[in-house]
Amino acid sequence: MKTNDPLQELARLASENKPETFEQWLRIGMDSGGIAAGAERLLSACRKLVEDHNLPCEIQKSGSYGYAYLDPLVEIKSKSLPPVLYGRVTPEKVSSVTLDHLSAEKLADDHIIASRQYGTALTDPTQSILVLDTSCEEGDKTKFFQSSFQDEIASKLPDSSLSVVRALDMGIYHEGLVVQLLPSRVTYTNVLSRDISRIVTTSLGENKVLKDLLWTKPDPQCRIVLRNCGLLDPEHLGEALARGTYRGLAKALAKNSPDEAIREIEESGLRGRGGAGFPTGLKWKLTREPKADRKFVICNADEGDPGAFMDRSILEGDPHAVLEGLLIAGYAVGANKGYFYVRAEYPLAIQRIQKALEDARQCGLLGENILGSGWSFDAEIRLGAGAFVCGEETALIASIEGCRGSPSPRPPYPSVEGLWGYPTCINNVETLAAAPWILDHGAEAYAQHGTGSSRGTKVFAVTGKVQNAQLVEVPMGTSVHEIIYPICGGVQDQAHIKGVQTGGPSGGIIPENKLETPVTYENLMQLGSIMGSGGMLVMDERDCMVDVAAFYLKFCVDESCGKCAPCRVGGYQMLQLLLKITRGRGSVEDIKQIERICQSMQKASLCGLGQTAANPILSTLRYFRDEYIAYIEGGTAYARKRKKLLSQGESLQQAS
Amino acid sequence: MEAATLPPLEEMDETTRDEIETSVAKWKDAEGNLIMILHEIQNRHGYVPRASSLLLAREMNIPLARIYEVLTFYHYFRLVPQGDHNITVCNGTACYLKGSGRLLSELEKQLGIKDGETTEDRMFHLETVRCIGCCGMAPALVVDKKTIGKNSPMDIPPILEKIRQQEKTHEDQ
Repeated sequence: MKTNDPLQELARLASENKPETFEQWLRIGMDSGGIAAGAERLLSACRKLVEDHNLPCEIQKSGSYGYAYLDPLVEIKSKSLPPVLYGRVTPEKVSSVTLDHLSAEKLADDHIIASRQYGTALTDPTQSILVLDTSCEEGDKTKFFQSSFQDEIASKLPDSSLSVVRALDMGIYHEGLVVQLLPSRVTYTNVLSRDISRIVTTSLGENKVLKDLLWTKPDPQCRIVLRNCGLLDPEHLGEALARGTYRGLAKALAKNSPDEAIREIEESGLRGRGGAGFPTGLKWKLTREPKADRKFVICNADEGDPGAFMDRSILEGDPHAVLEGLLIAGYAVGANKGYFYVRAEYPLAIQRIQKALEDARQCGLLGENILGSGWSFDAEIRLGAGAFVCGEETALIASIEGCRGSPSPRPPYPSVEGLWGYPTCINNVETLAAAPWILDHGAEAYAQHGTGSSRGTKVFAVTGKVQNAQLVEVPMGTSVHEIIYPICGGVQDQAHIKGVQTGGPSGGIIPENKLETPVTYENLMQLGSIMGSGGMLVMDERDCMVDVAAFYLKFCVDESCGKCAPCRVGGYQMLQLLLKITRGRGSVEDIKQIERICQSMQKASLCGLGQTAANPILSTLRYFRDEYIAYIEGGTAYARKRKKLLSQGESLQQAS
Repeated sequence: MEAATLPPLEEMDETTRDEIETSVAKWKDAEGNLIMILHEIQNRHGYVPRASSLLLAREMNIPLARIYEVLTFYHYFRLVPQGDHNITVCNGTACYLKGSGRLLSELEKQLGIKDGETTEDRMFHLETVRCIGCCGMAPALVVDKKTIGKNSPMDIPPILEKIRQQEKTHEDQ
């Protein structure tokens, strides 16, 4: 077999598949979230618009940036303006936005999403000004400030062609009037009416920064896993190659040493992002060690945790990154076959992985002699069928084998005896998407983020009663408060936060007074929760914790495979007791009994599902015991009142 | 569902036999192929008919119980046909907190059926799903494979009305 330098081979592939560049383009965020918000109707509206007005403009598709609350997203590039991201562009509004931007070459009001990379120096003279009132008081003053700015510019700089545009989102919240100067991205916050004349004379007239108003906080987010999401067409291999995908693999292959790749991952401190946080490098090493005829790697894309959507977004936005990760894992452990185990509920993700596999196979990135290295590997998709327990490694393996997804006792661990009895390495989507970046940029670059034994970044899906439900990627060690308030804009309707649930049905609730805790595997464990796959559910004063606990327990009872008694019987009996309490017929004795069952389930269950099913109950009992007591002491009258309030979405305080 | 009411295998309709034979041939060499074949059958019919399972058992030379243990274990597989229009309420945690329960009870009230049931005229099938991953659009509904986000109980009657209208114009033609 002829072997070549993989890096040269990759460069050849990249130049052969180089994506065409266009002077004017329009890119629509076509992930499931965007489509739910109307991206498909938007696409056809755009096509019609381009045709009707004969616009020389290429229409492209991309994955999601993660700004779920601003869907559907459209990015537009005109001849003279840099690319601008527009949000909440409905099919009805797209024509005015597009025509403004493309034909008139001016920014459209009310839809611009400002970049999070704020500038601190006024290098270039300002061309446009974005304004947005971010204060939480009644009445949006954005329009008022826009006209004040326009008047001021007209009187002080009568010859200027500066435009003042109302923005949709600046990534800065509750900081009064926010003003951003483009293209320098110098951003001023808490601007008052009297500051306007200063800004116009000094910053616009003399090109000087006003230090007292300047926003100097750097963007708390750091996109490693989401590096390409929203920036490329996920169904286009050429675009992925142009953005450096498969470079990590080529580098690993060029070094011709799987041990070297494992060492790199070990040094980066990457831990499993699926929930348990097992060191990825160690897992690869353990799978590499045993001698076997065949070995397998599996990408666990069975994102069963309700309320988490990061894996779906990554697969829909950047499938090649995950495939590259799977290839690297395969190379490191010595496997020649990989599987994507994907939820059947994610049809778009399945379709995009399928396309990625076909394209990669066609280019020699999959199959025999990959990148001329002499190493062969192939991968295929296996569909899940709606069983939460299949997130557990042994159950997942059983499901790929075509059986019921029942877990088996460990050891033997899958790294020794996994799929069809051969050593198998299972990694989560996010873990696999991070691995190529680490091999490309080096372990050190990854390990410089994070804290203690939790290194690198983590993607969180922040949802629930939060102002801006979205994907957030932050370095490990960022506090929950930082994620919820500065990044996601706080709680919806200015309501009072009660807690943040992490880890889904296996996790617990972080109460309000613990929100400053830096998010690490260990800290969350100490608080009685887990990192989990990264779902963060914000709960406010209107939510009842006993009800939430019952919701999660019901989930685990439904999902229990029934193989072991502690989970099958314990979960059911505990749910009966919990429902008895929510009907107002419980006693203090019931709480004690619940706690006893929790302990037995934790100790005696066969797999992670049963062992962690008690977490939401124990966590709510730990921090919100008074809510359980209120049900017990208030009896049926209280229970009825609470039920009514819950169905109306109101809090106890509002009612009294 | 009784085996006795089924026709003998030889008399079973040709298309079902062709389908099963194609699927089995396609997946013959893949290890652990059963679930993938069942997905194909369900994609074609919207559920897994007992006749298909019987044929599949014979084609693959495995006991029928082996197929049914898989079918009944996974939530995704259905053993009965759905309605012409399927309405799925997402019951992920984000949707639950934002009132998916209210959506479900409104749908149950409007359609006169419970979660998991089909209307008598087979026009609507109502079910809940764990999570469809559109948590940013909570509470979400999936109506005939199209996801609709940020719903309130007030949005339900127009959605149903639109489908009924479509059916009516369809019938008139």
